[in-house]
Amino acid sequence: MIEFHLETRSGVPTYLQLVHQVRQAIQLGILQPGDRLPTVKDVVARLAINPNTVLRAYRELDHEGLTEGRRGVGTFVATDVLSAAPADVEAHRAALKAWADGARAAGLGEETMAALFADVIGPQTMSRVA
Amino acid sequence: MTAPALRTDELGKRYGANWALRNCTFEIAVGSVAALVGPNGAGKTTLLQLVVGLIRPSTGNAHALGHSVRRELRELLPKVGFVAQEHPLHRGFTISEMLEYGRKLNPTWDATAAAARIERLDLPLNAKVGKLSGGQQAQVALTLALAKRPQLLLLDEPVASLDPLARREFLGTVLEAVSETGLTVLLSSHIVADLERVCDHLVILSQSRTLLAAPIDEILATHRLLTGPRADAAALARMQHVVAAAHTERQSSVLVRADRHVYDSRWTAHDVDLEEVVLAYLGHGRGGFVERQAHVEAVAR
Repeated sequence: MIEFHLETRSGVPTYLQLVHQVRQAIQLGILQPGDRLPTVKDVVARLAINPNTVLRAYRELDHEGLTEGRRGVGTFVATDVLSAAPADVEAHRAALKAWADGARAAGLGEETMAALFADVIGPQTMSRVA
Repeated sequence: MTAPALRTDELGKRYGANWALRNCTFEIAVGSVAALVGPNGAGKTTLLQLVVGLIRPSTGNAHALGHSVRRELRELLPKVGFVAQEHPLHRGFTISEMLEYGRKLNPTWDATAAAARIERLDLPLNAKVGKLSGGQQAQVALTLALAKRPQLLLLDEPVASLDPLARREFLGTVLEAVSETGLTVLLSSHIVADLERVCDHLVILSQSRTLLAAPIDEILATHRLLTGPRADAAALARMQHVVAAAHTERQSSVLVRADRHVYDSRWTAHDVDLEEVVLAYLGHGRGGFVERQAHVEAVAR
């Protein structure tokens, strides 16, 4: 089960923060296919946010194919989502860290590295990974 | 489109020569969580009291859940929950006596839900209400209001006296009830923080008048802060719907309401958060907004 948390001052809309957190949890293997997301009622009561915000986040996740809402039952991580096994993620993180160390040694600043990274993975892939 | 949960038409209340509320017209959709904001004395409590029939309108009317507050209070009141500002409870009563009292007064009383909520709050049923903390008293008052199974819940400054944690718990309970039953909420507040997360509709009152009433999504989508070289009064008058403007030696900051992209290239547009919009309307903007020019209509170019 995933526990949502909110950053009030981040400027990112609340529903997007929820979407990002689910997507990230799937990518990191914290959420597996078939896992259930907290009910709207639970999220609303815990975070004190408007129910429509949670519904909007869950609709967006459904739309992206990351989750499946089953009427009257709940929202579940889609069974066909390719969740990266945690071991895999660790290997890629290590490779990326090695690259970052190299870039830093070569004198690249953080902003440049972030820009390079964003450029390489591109917006298209961003929304489809999971 | 279904009928709104609450609709006011030119609603007004006058005491002698003074208007406590004037020409108030807005609608709130069913299932909405609406915030009523404004400084003390703006007319928030007056508006809520008009809707529950504690006072009678001087002008206009309001319809709540399809019932006229002038003519159909008897039909309306069983469907409305109201928590007044001081969370009025009988301080000498225990919680269970309070619940029993509520049950006797309300035909639609949900005793099971009320008991479950008190248990979840970890409050002993034999505790005297007067001995509870402010946050706990607020929760008990809310439990009583919700046990009535209202379709419309009115809360007058419900969190003003609560610390941040109690505030979150209180609002969490309200929103949980909304997600369970689809009830409509109108809550007044002079604390603007949190409202963007909690509410989906906003009504701004100031000096007895309605300055803005709209869904929050729409408010955020249509308000922009423009910054640019110092503008003179004539330049501002040519802009649409200037809400507030502030000037330094060389720069002007203008909060505008614009339905379309009408800006010219001298201005840089920034997104605004709800707090900035509210403060601009109320005339205490962060950027030192002084001259509030609500709804200055665009002059033909």
